Amino acid sequence: MSEAACHALGLAGFGALATAAWATVLYDLVIVLVVLVGVLSIAAGLTWFERRLLSFFQDRLGPNRVGPAGLLQPLADMVKMFFKEDWIPPFADPALFVLAPAIIIVSVLLAFVVVPVTGSFVIADLNIGLLFFLAMSSLGVYSVALAGWSSASKYSVIGGLRAAAQMMSYEVFMGLALTGVVLLSGSFDLNRIVAGQRGLWYVVPQLPGFLVFLLAGFAEMRRIPFDLVEAESELVAGYRTEYSGMKSGMFLVGEYLGMTLISALIVTIYFGGWLGPGLPGFVWFLIKIFIFIAFFILVRATLPRPRYDQLMDLGWKILLPLCLVNLAVTGAIILAVQR
Amino acid sequence: MTTAFLTNWIYVAVFIVAGAAMVVGILLMSRLVYPIHPSPEKYSTYECGIEPVGDSWHPFAVRYHIFALLFLVFDVEAIFLFPWAITFRRLGTSGFVEVLVFIAVLAVGLAYAWLKGALEWV
Repeated sequence: MSEAACHALGLAGFGALATAAWATVLYDLVIVLVVLVGVLSIAAGLTWFERRLLSFFQDRLGPNRVGPAGLLQPLADMVKMFFKEDWIPPFADPALFVLAPAIIIVSVLLAFVVVPVTGSFVIADLNIGLLFFLAMSSLGVYSVALAGWSSASKYSVIGGLRAAAQMMSYEVFMGLALTGVVLLSGSFDLNRIVAGQRGLWYVVPQLPGFLVFLLAGFAEMRRIPFDLVEAESELVAGYRTEYSGMKSGMFLVGEYLGMTLISALIVTIYFGGWLGPGLPGFVWFLIKIFIFIAFFILVRATLPRPRYDQLMDLGWKILLPLCLVNLAVTGAIILAVQR
Repeated sequence: MTTAFLTNWIYVAVFIVAGAAMVVGILLMSRLVYPIHPSPEKYSTYECGIEPVGDSWHPFAVRYHIFALLFLVFDVEAIFLFPWAITFRRLGTSGFVEVLVFIAVLAVGLAYAWLKGALEWV
């Protein structure tokens, strides 16, 4: 593959070895570009997809004027956002105020580095892929907490504080839920985790872990029902009350990127990733991702928001013990089977 | 093996640079075209149209601090469990029992915090 590619690209002058190396580098850079553009397009497209789907659930039409079926709506929204006054409040901390939306985009994008679209189509097949994902997704808390804190508005500060406690708590449960999968697969490498699901998807032996991961995903990405950090009925817009223009847009894109990331991770870890009969791997991967994204939107259309103390109770009193029991039971079963 | 390992991390770095460049680019591009119309009302904190009262960086509930402490304990537990999980099959029954004891100790800690009311918000 790489040799044919380098001949096609006319790079033969470097000598056979160097050429092969360059073609590999070029191929990898193309993957970087495809993932970057693809992920951002999905996130932009989701702004349309979510509004249409929500409208469908609520018996409305939703945005259908710009382009065929309203498909160009994200583009129109983006152009509009560019032309909106994007101010830094004089009472805010300017450096952190600008840094916060940048952190959320970069950290979520970085987590996509380890997600295998197919067996070979992955930017960096890190042997600690799962840990890398956990690290990057937990960086998101900095963004939200700093955004709330630096805005110096009462709503924002409360939103930021809630975000810090909520996202930190659910990060623990997320990590503990994934430990069960590591026990089964014996690896942090996401490609090997997918390969381990050829016989049976991990959702079957790890159903409690999957449920915890799903709920933690909602909390970690601040999606309804766990969007208490922006709860518009009490906090206006929470941590991003003072944001406007493109910076506000970045939080929006960050949220959709996060939803895509969690769906991709659920599919990779619990639903066999790109494995599937007939169709090519990446098609299976996208189909499964979109099923979960639609599920996220369905939940948004269905469930009310809990109180903050109910959210923390759910985490520390139900999910945490459930994680630990799941871990012990999984370990015991694996040992019993090994005998 | 080592080369592939290093190359992977180079792509991670490439992704960091590409992502950061994109963010900076978008913000700069937006900076060139958006209007700036300052007014005194606009430059006060948003409080639903009412004159802002007092400082925004006000004291907050100590509950958040207690949950931060709990987070620390259980996140360190998770960090300890990860290396165990990956060597689980090699460690066998003895490793499993040791981790059960470890989890039990922390479960007692959780039960203590629970009974003391550290998990209550009201």
